[in-house]
Amino acid sequence: MSSSDQQPAPTRLAMPELLIGIGLLACAAAVAWQTLAIPVSPLYSKVGPTVFPYITMTGMIVLSLLLILAAVRGGWQPQEEKETPTDLKAMGIVVAGLVANLVLIQPLGFTAASVIMFVLVCYGFGSRHTLRDALTGLILALAAYFGFARALGVNIGAGFIENQLNTVIDAIITTLRG
Amino acid sequence: METLSHLGHGFSVAFSPMNLLWCLVGTTLGTAIGVLPGLGPALTIALLLPITYQVAPEASFILFAGIYYGAMYGGSTTSILLNTPGESATIVTALEGNRMARSGRGGAALATSAIGSFVAGTIGTLGVAFLAPVVVKFALAFGPAEYFSLMVLAFITVSAVLGSSSVRGLTSLFIGFVIGMIGVDLQTGQPRFTFGMNELLDGVDVIIAAVGLFAVGETLYMASRRYAGKDEIVPLKGSLYMTAAEWGRSWKPWLRGALIGFPIGAMPAGGAEIPTFLSYAIEKKLSKHKEEFGTVGAIEGVAGPEAANNASAAGVLVPMLTLGLPTSATAAIMLSAFQSYGINPGPLLLTTQADLVWGLIASLFIANVILVILNLPLIGLWVRLLKIPAPQLYAGILVFATVGTYGISQSPIDLIILYLLGAAGFLMRRFDFPTAPVIIGMILGPLAETQFRRAMTISNGDWSVFYTHKLSLVLLILAFIGLAGPHIWAFIEHRRRRGPEHVPGDA
Repeated sequence: MSSSDQQPAPTRLAMPELLIGIGLLACAAAVAWQTLAIPVSPLYSKVGPTVFPYITMTGMIVLSLLLILAAVRGGWQPQEEKETPTDLKAMGIVVAGLVANLVLIQPLGFTAASVIMFVLVCYGFGSRHTLRDALTGLILALAAYFGFARALGVNIGAGFIENQLNTVIDAIITTLRG
Repeated sequence: METLSHLGHGFSVAFSPMNLLWCLVGTTLGTAIGVLPGLGPALTIALLLPITYQVAPEASFILFAGIYYGAMYGGSTTSILLNTPGESATIVTALEGNRMARSGRGGAALATSAIGSFVAGTIGTLGVAFLAPVVVKFALAFGPAEYFSLMVLAFITVSAVLGSSSVRGLTSLFIGFVIGMIGVDLQTGQPRFTFGMNELLDGVDVIIAAVGLFAVGETLYMASRRYAGKDEIVPLKGSLYMTAAEWGRSWKPWLRGALIGFPIGAMPAGGAEIPTFLSYAIEKKLSKHKEEFGTVGAIEGVAGPEAANNASAAGVLVPMLTLGLPTSATAAIMLSAFQSYGINPGPLLLTTQADLVWGLIASLFIANVILVILNLPLIGLWVRLLKIPAPQLYAGILVFATVGTYGISQSPIDLIILYLLGAAGFLMRRFDFPTAPVIIGMILGPLAETQFRRAMTISNGDWSVFYTHKLSLVLLILAFIGLAGPHIWAFIEHRRRRGPEHVPGDA
């Protein structure tokens, strides 16, 4: 992949960039499909809810064609980016952490799901102190739950851990008021 | 003189003990997130948006403004000691600042950047106080057609003129438009882009978009780049006090930086990149110590751009408060905080919400004083923050991303949208698409559409309103020049040199 640095007009097709251009074109198609699905009352026929979507769609088509053209001409990635290999394994583990959080947050509650995500993400980034990470994650998640969420009045799903702690806290408060 | 009495009133609002406390919290938090790589003011303010349901508007805007200013101060610390610019605006600071730190003058670099930020931030805030009422007088003459054309101009400048490529900038902007249109159309009640899902009827929350693009996307990008080499923290050496010679070399760049930064920030174009690069170029040209640039680090190259950065950050508040026109991702999220209070920023804001606006401006002066104290004597604390290891930092960011997103409605659908936007953010980061235009397009797009439809309704569906109104025409011509000008220029240059030269990244 030692493609031209100074050579005039490299003609090498850049695959990733091409896929991005095509992806954007597909998005424009989705916009078109959803715009056609908007029912328009004749009352608003002149400047109804579809005018802006159509403008956006047209813009996206033009832009995606320009991107595809740029990709055919050799793409736009800087050399440095191209040469750095993507660490798919690290990304995979981080994604696994995100998915675990998504799947577990309802059955287990926020804190437990967060700890699992925290450990996986740390592992993905190369940390091998799993136990320490689990503890850090637990402290952080509880701080986020009790500090951030409760202070902001945000309701995040309570699970086993939160319920236990809430019971303990309520018990302490009632004893104190005793 | 009216401004002074308004300001006096503003200070009486800002000096209430509670508001002072919010200012202190905001500036501290802002410095912290500015120092931490991977976190920015836009993301932080988005995560804190739920606070708008809890406290008075004055309190939350004083908090947000403290974060906004604080992140600028904190960001320069990271650039100087770590050479990892937290934001695009501090790239230039890293150029000379990091070299200074490596040659043992990190203390002076931090001092000139903090004091320069203070000087320029104060000048910039004064600029806001005096310029805002002037812009309001001008803006009162705006009708829907003018507003729409002004927004078109802002769209072009924030996406096409400022970034490395106008095509990729505009692509980001249009993606933002699509996200902004999801949900029920407010004028007709028709659902749009919901793909038949009831969960999407309310639209995509700006919190989810900001957190997805800035937190999840950034984390994925950092995970994918583990091979890219690590930056080391340069230990802080040298006195934090500048010598007389260093003061002498700093004060003019501060003032010049402020004078460059504020007007550019205040234009409906925004962005801190242009003023910082411009200031750097000017200081390099004017400096008597040219040999220090790029070698041991020149103090002028830190003082000027840092000042320009802070003054332009203040300038961005002018179009935001007077026209409701955000020109940075952070300002766009602050605009959505206004919306959450049911307040519409615009020419009437200064009269209908005088307490809020002048209290906010007054608190910015106080924030600057607090920040210079936080960032000079207490610099050691922030340097310690830099030592948080990346794995725990990014994992922690994702925990807070979950709180912010799942807290909206406890719906896993929101998390799915978050992760999809995170994946988009990763691709954008990887392939050099700017992310700020997405947020700006998402917030400003629906407002532009409203003005467009209003103008068209008034004109009875006649498109000519946009070019028969003189002001509107001028704004559209400016937008066109912004879009086509660089290409025409490049074409002329190209013809003159007669050398077929393809510039990669010029798509």
